Amino acid sequence: MSEVLLEARSVAKHFGGVKALQDVSLSIRQGEVYGLIGPNGAGKTTFFNCMTGLYVPDGGGFTFAGAPLQADAPQRAAERGIARTFQNIRLFGNMTALENVMVGRHVRTKASVFGAIFRDPKTRAEEAAIRQRALDLLHYVDIADRADDLAKNLSYGDQRRLEIARALATEPKLLCLDEPAAGMNATETEELRVLIEGIRKDGTTVLLIEHDVKLVMGLCDRVAVLEYGALLIEDVPAIVQKDQRVIEAYLGA
Amino acid sequence: MKNLLSPRSTLGIVLIAAALIALPFVVGMAGQAWVRILNFAILYIFLALGLNIVVGFAGLLDLGYIAFYAVGAYTWALLASPHFGLHWPIWAILPVGALLACFFGVLLGSPTLKLRGDYLAIVTLGFGEIVRIFMNNLNAPINITNGPQGITLIDPVKFGDFSFATRSEFFGVTLTGPYKYYYLLVALAILIVIVNLRLQDSRIGRAWQAIREDEIAAKAVGINTRNVKLLAFAMGASFGGIAGGIFAAMQGFVSPESFSLIESIMVLAMVVLGGMGHIPGVILGAILLTFLPEMARYAVTPAQVALFGKVLIDPESLRMLLFGLALVLVMRFKPSGLWPSPERSRELAEKTAGVAK
Repeated sequence: MSEVLLEARSVAKHFGGVKALQDVSLSIRQGEVYGLIGPNGAGKTTFFNCMTGLYVPDGGGFTFAGAPLQADAPQRAAERGIARTFQNIRLFGNMTALENVMVGRHVRTKASVFGAIFRDPKTRAEEAAIRQRALDLLHYVDIADRADDLAKNLSYGDQRRLEIARALATEPKLLCLDEPAAGMNATETEELRVLIEGIRKDGTTVLLIEHDVKLVMGLCDRVAVLEYGALLIEDVPAIVQKDQRVIEAYLGA
Repeated sequence: MKNLLSPRSTLGIVLIAAALIALPFVVGMAGQAWVRILNFAILYIFLALGLNIVVGFAGLLDLGYIAFYAVGAYTWALLASPHFGLHWPIWAILPVGALLACFFGVLLGSPTLKLRGDYLAIVTLGFGEIVRIFMNNLNAPINITNGPQGITLIDPVKFGDFSFATRSEFFGVTLTGPYKYYYLLVALAILIVIVNLRLQDSRIGRAWQAIREDEIAAKAVGINTRNVKLLAFAMGASFGGIAGGIFAAMQGFVSPESFSLIESIMVLAMVVLGGMGHIPGVILGAILLTFLPEMARYAVTPAQVALFGKVLIDPESLRMLLFGLALVLVMRFKPSGLWPSPERSRELAEKTAGVAK
């Protein structure tokens, strides 16, 4: 088996008296598409937010690419190579699609204020590379024709794609997608499936939170099921689908 | 940059340059006072562009911006006047003023990093007042700022023996102080506009805009929002500091009352009215909001006399009333400013087209 990219050890998080996560341990392997499912309120997004540094977990911790993940600042998670999208799309609405992806390059580039003002050859080369990479990524997610449109004027499906392109621009080792198929019709979901397969084939590990069971079971190498903040099972789709607890909790017979 | 060199844009640049050179003489026909007002318009362009970095790009509402102007002005006043007997040259004072303003920008920025919108506005408003009150009261026990009397006899801008305050002759044309300052200010303005354009279209500029649009998403793509925000405060403040230095030198006099809250509000109004985040719009806003109140000052009394045969309303209140009305009307009918960025106006046009269908 390939090596573990991300390991969660007994992660716990509570909000007041509500135990959103308790003792969740799971491991995501290099190169796989890993599905995280569970009923609404099961703690999927909370887990995501703990991992990407938006929340500080109350217990446990993460190891990412062989080193502990300091889960106190989102920008550090991005630096380490964890990129994410949001359940309720969060784009930079008044910037163009291209600029949105260019912002994604921020963490992998260095130009300072002085570089920006004096435009030395190094800064100009970096800027050109940023633009080129961003354009390539827009092509990759198939929305290059909307490059100069404001992000907020894009269609819903295109906004989802743009968010993925922006996340990919940070050169993640692990791409976390929070319900990317929410609100999509069958055709759009199929296109998304193709896109995620492509991302995996290009070597990026994907963590997928999703409600669309068909999509998850068809796409993921392994699936974890959360219920009431606790891990029910972590296994290949074929076994998860047959697990009695999962059927009761989530799949609904 | 390439398209700048096409024949058409070369012609454009030549025309703009000619207009900028001729402008003070045209304005000066109405009296030298108008050249001074023109100079103030350019100073306000500096301020508005500086504030535009904080408010327009990074989306941080700052109501105390004039404090940095004050810091720059007092830096010049203290380092180049008989008050302390110091007479530093411009190339030393301006950087010190800008750096000091920059320092104050970070000082204001660091405790307010987690604040946004209204809350940030209140804190920055307080900061602006604190600076002004300090200037007012730092005359005891040690007299630093000379309190409410202010500092007089400040050195003008000088390069060696060439002073900008006196009259001198170039190629047979005699230029008085305000004319000379005008050309200095225009040169600085061009520099500042270029710096702003370059900042906007850079990695840092995009990071500012990303924070303005969605701070959480900005963090998630790896932007260190703390540093980038502080940078916005620092850059904006240093522009204010430079403007303040030139202001002190031009006036020859500074006192705390030049740096009241209304000044902060005026600069903010220039940014918002012109078109937040859009550099040409902000410049337009600064020019309009400097000239309109001055024009109203000259027009209000004669207009009343012509209409009613006597002055019914105090001209000063009427002037501000009209000014306020104009602001309200602009915000009602052009909510994104008089000259918003092309993306924004396109979006408005699309919306209107949608309604028409």
